[in-house]
Amino acid sequence: MKKINCALIGSGNIGTDLMVKALRSEWLNPVWMIGVDPESDGLARARAAGLKTTSEGLDAALPHFAADEIGIAFDATSAYVHAENARKVRAAGVFMIDLTPAAIGPFCVPPVNLEAHMARQEANVNMVSCGGQATIPIVYAVSRVQPVKYAEIIATVASKSAGPGTRKNIDEFTRTTARGIEQVGGATKGKAIIILNPAEPPLIMRDTVHCLTETTPDEAAIRDSILAMIAEVQRYVPGYALKQGPVFEGNRVSTFLEVAGLGDYLPKYAGNLDIMTAAALRTGEMFAQRAGDGGLKLSAGEAA
Amino acid sequence: MSTPRIKLHDMCLRDGMHPKRHQISLEQMASIACGLDDAGVPLIEVTHGDGLGGASINYGFPSHSDEDYLRHVVPLLKQAKVSVLLIPGIGTVEDLKIAADCGIHTVRVATLCTEADVSEQHIKAGRDMGLDTVGFLMMAHMIDADQLAAQGLLMESYGAQTIYCTDSAGYMLPADVTARISALRKVLKPETEIGFHGHHNLSLGVTNSLAAVEAGATRIDGSAAGLGAGAGNTPLEVFVAVAQRMGLETGVDLYKIMDVAEERVLPIMDQQIRVDRDSLLIGYTGVYSTFLLFAQRAAARYGVSSRDILAEMGRLRTVGGQEDLIEQVALELQAKGAARV
Repeated sequence: MKKINCALIGSGNIGTDLMVKALRSEWLNPVWMIGVDPESDGLARARAAGLKTTSEGLDAALPHFAADEIGIAFDATSAYVHAENARKVRAAGVFMIDLTPAAIGPFCVPPVNLEAHMARQEANVNMVSCGGQATIPIVYAVSRVQPVKYAEIIATVASKSAGPGTRKNIDEFTRTTARGIEQVGGATKGKAIIILNPAEPPLIMRDTVHCLTETTPDEAAIRDSILAMIAEVQRYVPGYALKQGPVFEGNRVSTFLEVAGLGDYLPKYAGNLDIMTAAALRTGEMFAQRAGDGGLKLSAGEAA
Repeated sequence: MSTPRIKLHDMCLRDGMHPKRHQISLEQMASIACGLDDAGVPLIEVTHGDGLGGASINYGFPSHSDEDYLRHVVPLLKQAKVSVLLIPGIGTVEDLKIAADCGIHTVRVATLCTEADVSEQHIKAGRDMGLDTVGFLMMAHMIDADQLAAQGLLMESYGAQTIYCTDSAGYMLPADVTARISALRKVLKPETEIGFHGHHNLSLGVTNSLAAVEAGATRIDGSAAGLGAGAGNTPLEVFVAVAQRMGLETGVDLYKIMDVAEERVLPIMDQQIRVDRDSLLIGYTGVYSTFLLFAQRAAARYGVSSRDILAEMGRLRTVGGQEDLIEQVALELQAKGAARV
């Protein structure tokens, strides 16, 4: 089985954690790590791991994409940079998995709609937000049983795991996650709340998912659906755990989760960041697997 | 030296939304706001208890939207201005735009005391909209005075014109207030105002507010009859009486504010706002005051002790906004209790 070559754009915490995971993958072969800071720890680790690196941004690596047979690019830069990266990568005929909040492509939450994206041969998919990856599967697990008129999620993360990008634009998290709850989770109306907690040692990411069903909830069916969904997410995020629930009160269905990371490059408590890199990797692997089966064309080869 | 003029800020219609489970009618709101206006209170906060966008399963759905409350109250006031609370992570700049359109004067952008850097977007937006913009550092007992001053400086650098030391847990002793207000006064620009927001869980609301004034605070929060989370806020009519005895200028008519408390606020209370054992525990251990009713409700539903819930919330070092954890803690306590039997 030939692995699919990939490029990682962004050498920060997320990009570096993704690289550590990709190096273990049976389906993906990380070839390039692209940064803008020559001093970055991520680039040093990439070099040590045998990847090709540049600190001069995407333009320096792009001319090599065809020769290096890059099939998938992961973008872990920022929403501002992503728009330009997306255009260039698309022109090179490479499939893009976007971990920034740019959301140029459709939202992708692997256990919910990855199959649908592959069927449509999307060229660019967006990973929503950390809170979205942790909670949207549960909203969907309820809405696939019966209609959900309102879903609300509360993500509590360790202060140390919220980077400067998130802090400068926290509205983007609440807006994007709420939209994902509606578009992918299937709730008529979505709301997202994020809380930062500075406790030491840092707390593991916690997520609460409240759904209001339109009619009396079918408790047994919803419980089974949620438990099945948790098992799906655990396939790529082993530290995804049900803490309590589902609790039923009237039409309210509440599920309490905890998300521990693998501790690859990011610390274990930062399950919020880990679930992003794990979901992105899972997306890449599924595309690679499908391409290997001949069911999906990954590289248009336009740049060749 | 002239006596400092203290600007009083009433919390009945925002912090007071907590003990009312956000169920204040438009008529009640109008009656209290007009009473406060007539008594000379210069600034009145009107928002969901958890600020703009607080309407949720987690914090409670209000009787009316923030927009409805604001459109109803703002036009009725003769001299008083209206403020809103905005907690980034719950409310957004979009919510603030709607509030600004309703004619508010002040926005208070609130973060946990260690997380001032999430307020940049919202403080800048407040200034861009021409609002009196306040940075509101909650649970300020959690860090020392110098750390608080550093966070205040961040908010000032984003454009906040006033910085608040907020004792959300009603945990601070007067010396804690003195140290924090003094540290803020030392580093902030002379034109930046300093405020103090107290809770009465240890019956120190008035005492702590006086300590704040002595250390340089010029804005003091309170609420008529103390209507607020936990054992309530600093009772405004009591603070006015004490200020008057001390020769501090507030511009508020003592008899009128007494009447607002007695005739307009007290009658709408669902329960007596007092230092009961739960709110005392909140003040004693430094837990977010708003958790009070949530803990009492979860205790009743799951047959566990509200004090045990609150103590566990303290042990877990929870912060404002983590109401969702209360039900989880209650379920865990219930399971432990069942295991013991």
